[in-house]
Amino acid sequence: MSEQPLLLEAHEVAKHFGGVKALQDVSLTIRRGEIYGLIGPNGAGKTTFFNCLTGLYKNESGHFVFDGVRLEADAPHKAAAVGIARTFQNIRLFGNMTAIENVMVGRHLRTRAGVLGAITRNAATRAEEAAITRRAEELLHYVGIHERAHDYAKHLSYGDQRRLEIARALATEPKLLALDEPAAGMNGTETEALRVLVEGICRDGVTVLLIEHDVKLVMGLCRRVAVFDYGEKICEDVPAVVQKDPRVIEAYLGGSVA
Amino acid sequence: MKGQFRRSVAGQRPWLGVLLLTAVLLLVPFVAGLGGQAWVRIANFAILYVFLALGLNIVVGYAGLLDLGYVAFYAVGAYTYALLASPHFGIHLPFWVILPLGAGLACMFGVLLGAPTLKLRGDYLAIVTLGFGEIVRIFMNNLNAPVNITNGAQGITLIDPIRIGDFSFSQSGTIFGITLSGPQKYYFLLVVLALLVIVVNVRLQNSRIGRSWQAIREDEVAAKACGINTRNIKLLAFAMGASFGGIAGGVFAAMQGFVSPESFSLMESITILSMVVLGGMGHIPGVILGAVLLTGLPEVLRYGIEPLQRAVFGRMIVDPESLRMLVFGLALVLVMRFRPAGLWPSSQRLRELAETAD
Ligand SMILES: Nc1ncnc2c1ncn2[C@@H]1O[C@H](COP(=O)(O)OP(=O)(O)OP(=O)(O)O)[C@@H](O)[C@H]1O
Ligand SMILES: [Mg+2]
Repeated sequence: MSEQPLLLEAHEVAKHFGGVKALQDVSLTIRRGEIYGLIGPNGAGKTTFFNCLTGLYKNESGHFVFDGVRLEADAPHKAAAVGIARTFQNIRLFGNMTAIENVMVGRHLRTRAGVLGAITRNAATRAEEAAITRRAEELLHYVGIHERAHDYAKHLSYGDQRRLEIARALATEPKLLALDEPAAGMNGTETEALRVLVEGICRDGVTVLLIEHDVKLVMGLCRRVAVFDYGEKICEDVPAVVQKDPRVIEAYLGGSVA
Repeated sequence: MKGQFRRSVAGQRPWLGVLLLTAVLLLVPFVAGLGGQAWVRIANFAILYVFLALGLNIVVGYAGLLDLGYVAFYAVGAYTYALLASPHFGIHLPFWVILPLGAGLACMFGVLLGAPTLKLRGDYLAIVTLGFGEIVRIFMNNLNAPVNITNGAQGITLIDPIRIGDFSFSQSGTIFGITLSGPQKYYFLLVVLALLVIVVNVRLQNSRIGRSWQAIREDEVAAKACGINTRNIKLLAFAMGASFGGIAGGVFAAMQGFVSPESFSLMESITILSMVVLGGMGHIPGVILGAVLLTGLPEVLRYGIEPLQRAVFGRMIVDPESLRMLVFGLALVLVMRFRPAGLWPSSQRLRELAETAD
């Protein structure tokens, strides 16, 4: 199997909150086209890693290289611009906007119309607006919630909200899609549908970074898995090896029963 | 898009409604004129406030930024006009030069003020804008020494009216066989300007920019993660609002022929903000209603309360001016208590409020 080029490199990324060392010199690499899993007990620093990567937090030391370029991740919109999209552990949709409007916001980054275009409604702006709507519809189809396109995001079921968040993230045309516990709170059928969706996303050329507590899902989906504990990466390998690693077993048994 | 759909339907009412509205708008200055030109002036101010309130609506209603110093931009526009079209400096530039210039200057002040503050939390913006509003007023009050720029508290008089060729908006004249007084002419000019700002408001709302404003209001972190440069997008709203304030100021100066710092007090900012909030933030018909009510009601009170008191008590008991403020305050409290989303809110705002109430 030919090795794909590197997409993301984390170099000794560290972040602490007061005395809490949320991330301690974490280094890892993700290759283009893979589904990379990130697991670990509660409070291990997984979400913090996402937040540093997407510029929501500023890491104290270390840095990221994305697609060969060093990230100046000082603002989240810049991370999105270079091609990193994410979802949130505690779903953050625009609740009082419809599903399709949520996805249309995701197109902001890749469209141009400004104030003058909006006021004059010239041909270019109308064409762009139509393209935004079309793309948003396609993405809702893609994640399978197009019948809910005109419902307000806050009225969607939990599983559909997770899917909508993924559609909105995909609307930014990411190279890397970072999912923070997308299966949390889902039942078996929903989780299975999610697995199919994530596989499809990866097949369509988007690299996926997946935080997940559902071990079965991670082991089924991911090519490689990193395990965090107390802000440190304690292990990184293919799922079969990670599962048997004594440090991982220790971390999970020693920590809270997740 | 259900919301968008409903919004655009409101923009293209059946022809009957449009005709009726046009008829009313055409008749207002003549009906008001029957009661004297003072009533036409009141109508003019109502429309000027509609313009101002819709300008502020972009900032407060759309972008969700609390601006307590909006009147500063109004003042910038008014003084720009006053200084460049009056005997004060002996400069008499035409209005089509000064109005855009005033808008541009106000916009520049908006950017200068907004750039450093918009990345802070909302409450800071409120304080900073409040301070800025007062600073501008105090500057206008004191920039008469050592060099007399603004003529201090006396203000600037004899400001040129808006004039197109020989057609002056301050004198009465006959057009198409209809005799129009000065205020009646301004009325039609103001209606055109107000329609303009309404179109801008409607079109912005249903645009890429409008969506990002709403997204920021809903969840700023998520909006950033979607690639929206929230600071720039907010700054855009702030600068646009400021520009409209600048235009309104210029028209105000021309219409009054006189400006002084007194017209740009904090109370003025609060009044305009009240129009937006009371009517229904982010909802164009609501904001218009708020502006008309808050301009008209005090005048009606002023003219109505004095004869009423004389009739009932035989003499004046309460000074109408103080009663005005009392009624004003009471109205605000009642509306906020019983209709927290405003008198005529958008379905959007109702939903947002319902959410916080859960
Ligand atoms: N904004 C913050 N301020 C203070 N402490 C924080 C903050 N964010 C995270 N932490 C702390 O950093 C540590 C790592 O948190 P993080 O959310 O990254 O864990 P996690 O691996 O995502 O856990 P979970 O599986 O519960 O989501 C925790 O101890 C947490 O309390
Ligand atoms: Mg987490």
